[in-house]
Amino acid sequence: MQFRGSYQGSSFSELLAVDFSHLRLDWSDLAGGFDASAVPHGTTVMGFKYADGVIIAGDRLATMGHRVASRDMEKVYPTDAYSLIAIAGAAGPAVEMARLMRIELEHYEKIEGEPLELEGKANKLSQMVRQNMPAAMQGLGVVPLFAGYDRRRSAGRLWGYDLTGGRYEETDYAANGSGGIYAAESLKKTHRLDATREESLRMAVQALVDASDEDRATGGPDVVRGIYPIIDFCTQNGIERASEKEIETVFRAIIAEQTSRRRTAS
Amino acid sequence: MSMPFYVSPEQVMADKAEFARKGVARGKPSLVIECDVGIMMMAENPSTLSKIGEIYDRVAFAGVGKFSEFDQLRKIGVRYADIKGYAYSRDDVRGRALANAYSQAVGDAFTQQLKPLEVEVVVVEVGDSTLAGHENNAIYRIQYDGSISDHHGYCVIGGAAEELSDFLSSRVRDGIPLGEAIGLGKSALERAAEGEPSVDVKNLEVCVLERERQGRKFVRLNSDRVGELLSA
Repeated sequence: MQFRGSYQGSSFSELLAVDFSHLRLDWSDLAGGFDASAVPHGTTVMGFKYADGVIIAGDRLATMGHRVASRDMEKVYPTDAYSLIAIAGAAGPAVEMARLMRIELEHYEKIEGEPLELEGKANKLSQMVRQNMPAAMQGLGVVPLFAGYDRRRSAGRLWGYDLTGGRYEETDYAANGSGGIYAAESLKKTHRLDATREESLRMAVQALVDASDEDRATGGPDVVRGIYPIIDFCTQNGIERASEKEIETVFRAIIAEQTSRRRTAS
Repeated sequence: MSMPFYVSPEQVMADKAEFARKGVARGKPSLVIECDVGIMMMAENPSTLSKIGEIYDRVAFAGVGKFSEFDQLRKIGVRYADIKGYAYSRDDVRGRALANAYSQAVGDAFTQQLKPLEVEVVVVEVGDSTLAGHENNAIYRIQYDGSISDHHGYCVIGGAAEELSDFLSSRVRDGIPLGEAIGLGKSALERAAEGEPSVDVKNLEVCVLERERQGRKFVRLNSDRVGELLSA
């Protein structure tokens, strides 16, 4: 492995591009005619702000066309101690983007001796999404959400992206992926900025249940296999993942409530 | 036709070595000590420009001599480690490979360039008890001419390195508590500081590779924490 390259800056993705281009896949070389349904796609991710910071959640299903590709895919990744990425879209490029984002932030911090500002991190991700444009044109788009706790401003912050790298800071909530629209509809009715941790967890599970109810490509909690959505809280104390037990309890309560509502109606 | 002056290769090497040694000896020493929680690294450094740096999950770096030169080596090390971890796995990034690469690079500069690097660096790797074959700590010292050596228990680089090594050799023991290791390192640095034998805690740069920490094991201790550990 080459020890001393020509790149002198502090960005890992630029280092790859300049000195290690063989480690990157250049999508612009690939001609069309690619069947995007032949690769797994991740489906629904969402995030919203609450009293202590921000919450990010994702279901676990990956689909290939109408088939289940994976029942326990992870779509939510911590990128450092105070920020998270959630990915929807073509699973391969999406997971790679999450991994690169984590290395990018760590690399910058080590080279420069201090971490990027949260806004700087969000902007960096925007460039990474934009670089994926050639792949997006072939049906392999990645649409992430990025969230974190801004310690300089003592606030949780949340960004949504589009396929072109467009970056939108959200004031309340955001959702992406095939079931994202249903999750957003659910949050529109339930979301409160002053919600506690418990209330937020319930809002998140409810939104994912609603999304999986309407969108066949979104996986709801799977009590048979014991597979539950991934839900991470990011506050001034860092990142905390909700336990499966906790999510299961909330899910069962939601189901019980829906069932009793139907019984009362009939 | 003018004849170039003949200088014997021995003389060239001796001159370069003396030049580099002088450059290194001008700076204050840095040291590392293995302790109960992992590996402690310490430098007397009143400035905000770090002499100690994180390279990867379990690997760290300390340099002495000319700042611009060893900091450049540190950055090369971070790039090398991050690329390796990206191309293979995080566990494939090892201190020994990095130390060897440093040895090559510093040695090449010594033989091929007019001015050798006026630096000395140490690469440390803390063991991971959960990974078979990766359990042990490792300490490598690379000198200005590229010569490399491995050390156990402790290592000193920079001016008065030999004297401080003698001081530490009789005092460092296996599993020494972190606070005691910091105290020992501080007394060692005070021996090197002629004329001003008391080193202020505020001027100590102390970092630890913590064995039991998950993921990135490198921690920089602020002076309050160093003071706390010293008085404990």
